[in-house]
Amino acid sequence: MAYDKFTILKSSAVPMPIENVDTDQIIPARFLKATERKGFGDNLFRDWRFNGDDTPKQDFVLNNAIYSGKILVGGRNFGSGSSREHAAWAIYDYGFRCVVSSFFADIFKNNSLNIGILPVQVSPEFLDKIFKAIEADPKAELEVSLPAQTITILATGEKESFDINGYKKHNMQNGFDDIDYLQSLKTEIQAFAANSPY
Amino acid sequence: MSKTPATLFDKVWDSHVVKKIEDGPDVFFIDRHFIHEVTSPVAFLGLESRGLKVIFPEKTFATADHNTPTINQHLPVQDPLSANQLKALESNSAKYGISHWGLGNPKNGIVHVVGPENGITLPGMTIVCGDSHTSTHGAFGAIAFGIGTSEVEMVLSSQCIMQPKPKKMRINVHGQLGKGITPKDVVLYIISKLTAAGATGYFVEFAGQVFEQMSMEGRMTVCNMSIEMGARGGMIAPDETTFAYIKGREKAPQGAAWDKALAYWKTLKTDAGATFDVEHNYDAADIEPMITYGTNPGMGMGITKHIPTAKEVGGSKASYDKSLDYMGFHEDDVMIGKKVDYVFIGSCTNGRIEDFRAFASIIKGRKKAEHVTAWIVPGSHIVEQQIKDEGILDILTAAGFQLRQPGCSACLAMNDDKIPAGKYAVSTSNRNFEGRQGPGARTMLASPLVAAAAAVTGVVTDPRELI
Repeated sequence: MAYDKFTILKSSAVPMPIENVDTDQIIPARFLKATERKGFGDNLFRDWRFNGDDTPKQDFVLNNAIYSGKILVGGRNFGSGSSREHAAWAIYDYGFRCVVSSFFADIFKNNSLNIGILPVQVSPEFLDKIFKAIEADPKAELEVSLPAQTITILATGEKESFDINGYKKHNMQNGFDDIDYLQSLKTEIQAFAANSPY
Repeated sequence: MSKTPATLFDKVWDSHVVKKIEDGPDVFFIDRHFIHEVTSPVAFLGLESRGLKVIFPEKTFATADHNTPTINQHLPVQDPLSANQLKALESNSAKYGISHWGLGNPKNGIVHVVGPENGITLPGMTIVCGDSHTSTHGAFGAIAFGIGTSEVEMVLSSQCIMQPKPKKMRINVHGQLGKGITPKDVVLYIISKLTAAGATGYFVEFAGQVFEQMSMEGRMTVCNMSIEMGARGGMIAPDETTFAYIKGREKAPQGAAWDKALAYWKTLKTDAGATFDVEHNYDAADIEPMITYGTNPGMGMGITKHIPTAKEVGGSKASYDKSLDYMGFHEDDVMIGKKVDYVFIGSCTNGRIEDFRAFASIIKGRKKAEHVTAWIVPGSHIVEQQIKDEGILDILTAAGFQLRQPGCSACLAMNDDKIPAGKYAVSTSNRNFEGRQGPGARTMLASPLVAAAAAVTGVVTDPRELI
């Protein structure tokens, strides 16, 4: 599925300073029953966002109008747990294009890159600075530059670099996915399979 | 010519790299692909929109498990959304020529139970599934891990995914386990030491006497929960225990093919002198029956201990407080004696015959506590049949328990098996996340023995007192 190209994103951010945000919180299992990829944003953080009677929980950050933007900033070990790509779909569908944390769970990171969400891993110290900047000004903007591999707190000019491998960077900048690339290797794959003992 | 010593993981990984990409992931070949109803439909839609075929349908196996009911499986599935997903799995499998063990099929069950028990899972393989507990299959010396739906589409269309090679960690547990200490306790102990993110970025090899002496069922329980320490997967070198388990299973190699396979499998071990990025050592004597007190699997403790304080745990105090508030527990609480409302035995972690034997060993001659609701859910129809054949069903019935039908059930509560809000469950499953077993449900993860002790006493109980 094609996704938007990612180059430079300048946006305010939504802070979620909670550690170990797992994919069951991002999208609870009971909302995984669709056979098509649509509408998952409605149930993003469902049980933290809504009461049992579907009224919004006023103290949850997504229900607080002073916070908005295309960047979600989470605590350490973001996206742990289940491999459900639905978690990344829900984040994308809600309108986020970038998730920032000091540490990501592996499968979530892979899934995000595969659908066009940029996971930006920063140091714990820089993460704290981001949370403080948003606390000081909920509209504080961050600039995420994929070409430069940097994230900047625009109000203070503080900046940090982040890692991404060259292959994934190229894909995200161009909106390419791995499926097309793998199709181009079909002959090599067939030859490999012919020698497989299984 | 002397060869560089290699780890088990290196041997299996390196033999599956179709192509290395500079400053990028490896093009990684997949030998076995399992699919289920929840994470595959969108991948099939993707194939269709691109006009692609399934490249090797004989390497993919479908089973329905995540949202199947665990009672009255002969009746139509009531929830229309679940029924729709089950139908999609059936029709997609038929369309692309994929083996499908749907509801009612005698081979049906949880994907990570049926793969091994039918001999589909073999040493040295690479195995993936759109399910994080695919790490289970590592018990056979396979590289097995969970993938997302985009990757499911990659495997269907090209039999490959794009993966950076993880770093290597070895976890050694030396010595002998004490009475009443099960594989589940071993893995919960390791996770409590490493934390829920302690092995992120790594692939783990479990080694040492404790794993060498463990049954295949036990090894599967351990590898199953590798993901709960953040690891991509976990594996154990195949040995005589592994070979004896596989031999004669339906899809295992036979005759000359068996001999050839066996000769190869015997090479699948870490060479002396091979190195790991990180190594951890634990002593079996330090492990007691474990139970979790918080909302991630790293928040586990010895059952006789007090809940560790925020300071002892470290990390964010706010996240710790949020966890304990959700559970309705307080720091320094004693776990023994806490009231239990529900008991769940089953899942891809503890839904195999050995788990039900352990459960039965405690409840035999006792009665279910009156206020406890117990869900006893076999991992597959084959396990269900073993429970009947071995007389375990009679023990369950005499003690006031009912046996349900196979499926993932209350582990993730996609079907009707949901723990009500605020209720406490001792569960043999793998995740104690908020709402995992139903909105508001409070989960304490533990072994089948701890679950059995709770089921008969109605409170958190040290199973060693009942053995």
